[in-house]
Amino acid sequence: MTAAVFFGCTFIAFGPAIALFLFTIAREPLRVIFLIAGAFFWLVSLLLSSLVWFISVQISNKESAAQQKGLLIFGVVLSVLLQETFRFGYYKLLKKANEGLLTLSQEETMPISIRQLAYVSGLGFGFMSGAFSVVNILADSAGPGTVGIHGDSQHYFLSSAFMTMAIILLHMFWGVVFFDACEKRCWWAVGLVVVIHLVVSCLTFQNPDYTATLVPAYVILFGMGVWAFYTAGGSLRNIKLCLTCKDKDFLLSNHRPR
Amino acid sequence: MDLLSDKWIVNVVLCLLFVGNCNSVEKKIYINLNETFPCVRLLNATHQIGCQSSLSGDVGVLHLLESEENLDWVLRTGPNPPYMVILESTLFTRYRPCSLKNGSSRVAGVLAVQPTSNPPEGFSPHTSCPNENTGVYSETYGPSYAHCNVTMWNPLGTGISYEEFDFPIFSVKDDNDTEVIRRCYMEHNRAVNGSTPQYPLCAMQLMSHMAAVTDTATCMRRNAPTFSLAPDGVCDPLGDANIWASTKPLNSSTKGHKDGVSVVIAATKLDSRSFFFDVAPGADSAATGLVALLAAASALHNATAELNRTILYTFFNGETFDYIGSSRMVYDMAKNDFTVDLDNIHSILEVGQVALGPDSRLWLHSDPVSKRNSSVNVEPNVTQPLPPSSFQRFLLERPIPGVVIENHQTSFTNKYYQSMFDNAEYLKLNYPPNLTPEEQLELVTDSAKALTEVATTVARGLYLQAGGELAQMSRIQADSELVSKMLYTFLVRVNNSWFDQLVKSDWTGVLSELMLYEINTSERKVKTTEPALMVQCILANLTGSIANITEVYFCPFSSPNFLFLCCQIYSYLWVQGPVRPNSTERDSFCVRSLVRQSKALSPAFELSEYTSKNYSTWAESRWSAIKGRIFLVASHDLEMLTLGVGVGVLLMSLLLTYIVSSKADILFSSGREPTNATY
Repeated sequence: MTAAVFFGCTFIAFGPAIALFLFTIAREPLRVIFLIAGAFFWLVSLLLSSLVWFISVQISNKESAAQQKGLLIFGVVLSVLLQETFRFGYYKLLKKANEGLLTLSQEETMPISIRQLAYVSGLGFGFMSGAFSVVNILADSAGPGTVGIHGDSQHYFLSSAFMTMAIILLHMFWGVVFFDACEKRCWWAVGLVVVIHLVVSCLTFQNPDYTATLVPAYVILFGMGVWAFYTAGGSLRNIKLCLTCKDKDFLLSNHRPR
Repeated sequence: MDLLSDKWIVNVVLCLLFVGNCNSVEKKIYINLNETFPCVRLLNATHQIGCQSSLSGDVGVLHLLESEENLDWVLRTGPNPPYMVILESTLFTRYRPCSLKNGSSRVAGVLAVQPTSNPPEGFSPHTSCPNENTGVYSETYGPSYAHCNVTMWNPLGTGISYEEFDFPIFSVKDDNDTEVIRRCYMEHNRAVNGSTPQYPLCAMQLMSHMAAVTDTATCMRRNAPTFSLAPDGVCDPLGDANIWASTKPLNSSTKGHKDGVSVVIAATKLDSRSFFFDVAPGADSAATGLVALLAAASALHNATAELNRTILYTFFNGETFDYIGSSRMVYDMAKNDFTVDLDNIHSILEVGQVALGPDSRLWLHSDPVSKRNSSVNVEPNVTQPLPPSSFQRFLLERPIPGVVIENHQTSFTNKYYQSMFDNAEYLKLNYPPNLTPEEQLELVTDSAKALTEVATTVARGLYLQAGGELAQMSRIQADSELVSKMLYTFLVRVNNSWFDQLVKSDWTGVLSELMLYEINTSERKVKTTEPALMVQCILANLTGSIANITEVYFCPFSSPNFLFLCCQIYSYLWVQGPVRPNSTERDSFCVRSLVRQSKALSPAFELSEYTSKNYSTWAESRWSAIKGRIFLVASHDLEMLTLGVGVGVLLMSLLLTYIVSSKADILFSSGREPTNATY
């Protein structure tokens, strides 16, 4: 539409991600490296799934709309499964790397914990996924026109931006939960993450009914957020402590020995 | 991965297969206009004319101008300026763009829908006194005739072709695309019962940014390679090629005066124009004259051996723009840079607009100022100056006797002079629609018959001028079938079997659309455009002879611009020939003729006098892209709301993240952490 819409949608889509990057990752070079590596892994999974999809479209009957729709669903499902597979692959790689880093470094303890790695890799996946979702749309939103001349809904840009924000945050939460579940060999949690990812992706088949897509997506986002919070070591008690602004010394002094 | 990304991949991949618009989001937003004819910018020594858009195109809310009252909405009362005005076909000719020009801050552009049939009241965007400053009549020569004091040649002329507009004006045909535009307007922009239309509104963007400004001297200065912003140049001088042929061989390697050669020039013009770029059928103003002269040349082909004077058939290009072609030829002759010079010229016969209706007649115009030294039979009695014609440029140099043949006694009878409506329909070339193209080609219409009479008259006049005997005159007769085929080729359809026979097969595809308009030159090399090449081919076939065995080797086989191998005396053309029956092969042969090209670039550009008052200084601007598209626009408030929400989300998330990260050790310090973790 114009520059206003372009910047508005960019900030909506990438705002939380940028904030997280700025305050938690940017200062630590090791975290930046693992973020970028995570993004790269996501990119490779996308490449593989698009290769498979491309070949299958070539073989298929291009005229039949039902077949194309079926292929699209197949493509989405395959892509989600590949992404989660690559997340698992990244987890394995990071475990090995961590051991290597430990032997190389002088210190006794690991420079970065697996929990931080989970958060950073999830965010990396999210960044790349968000970029591929929305950059194309943002480029067109800078032009003078808005969607709608063929009868589509006008809110295309806005809902794309909100969906992207949800996806980025969801990837982060999935990363945290997934890695933690892999550490504890909790395979039902891993399966649940995959299922939730599939559900969110398949929600978008309901577009252009944007309410039916966005509302459940945000509900799931909230749920995943709570789960990830608890996985990362949070609890209601901590929130209460935080909100009543008790400081660290008080906490240390009240800390019960294990 | 969500569907949005998947869809993107799908479409990128799909588009890599089908080269075209590679973006499905763009397809959701824009509908491109397919065939548009813009109005472009032309410059001369003192002015710039035509239209200009901003660099990335002008955007405006659509408004369909159905009647004169709607104009108020655009200029004053409409709540969402700027507007993109769509002129319907009925208003197209009656409507003066002057009032649109006055409100140009609220007008983003104009889209004119071409009427499907010619407007009956006539329409001419040209000036009412064409080429008034470069003709022969001036303060020093016939001052009472200068500036159309005696006769206003083009009374219907409004002069809008020579005005300057700072918004783009495009023209489209009335077809499916235009229906889409109208529907978009009806659905979104129509004000019902006085209420203001609600957003989102239908809008259009027209892009036709012209690189050149001010005048020719400025743009030629900016063309120089040291000016880095536009390394390719910002404008091109208008130029093309004149086609000429003589009836007797003339040695062209020796230029200047030729002793003992007396030449009768038979001249006509090849080009026309209209308000829009690339649209210039020029039926009455140019095509009739050149078809008549071609037919006359064909009729005289067998009779020229016995004539004691040479006839020089010249087809001048660029006459619409201050006599580019004829001024160049006269300049060359005066400088002794042409095969003959001005002293060799005995007289001039020019064929102007010669479309004849059932009750029109032919008139001969001559110059009242110059001494009459001709042996032409009819001398007009009225003291009327010459109409705009190439003959005037010859008179500027020498008082040569000559006449101009026209179909009007005083003002033009052509109601559509230099407009897009001067087409086959105006000449009443009515081909019944149930005929195939081949049958249409063979059909001899009444207009063709009338034009054949004109051609016969021209041929006989030339015969007598060149020294032929009166008694032999009656055997000279133009061929009406030839005239009809030529009219069909120039005005209806180039791709036909008669023209196919004349032209090499790899060239046939290029000539799909005829326009009698000067195309700008590129890289300062004069390029010969299709009409000139067509005339060259036809003239060679009509006045040439089949080459003998030894000369076949001169015939070139290569690209269209190098069709003619030049020559000291003869030029050679490879002709495809007719298709053999029951086969797809053709009997090709080589034709030897006396047809040549000569450069039609104004002397002002040769002499680098870009502010010259004597010669044409017309140049055409260059542009990068010309396109138009329609889409919906959202209200400004919604856009600002989106920006506000975005900024709010960003600030909110920055705040939250700061708070959470500063309290992270408290928030995430539950006892469930693994023992080897560190913070």
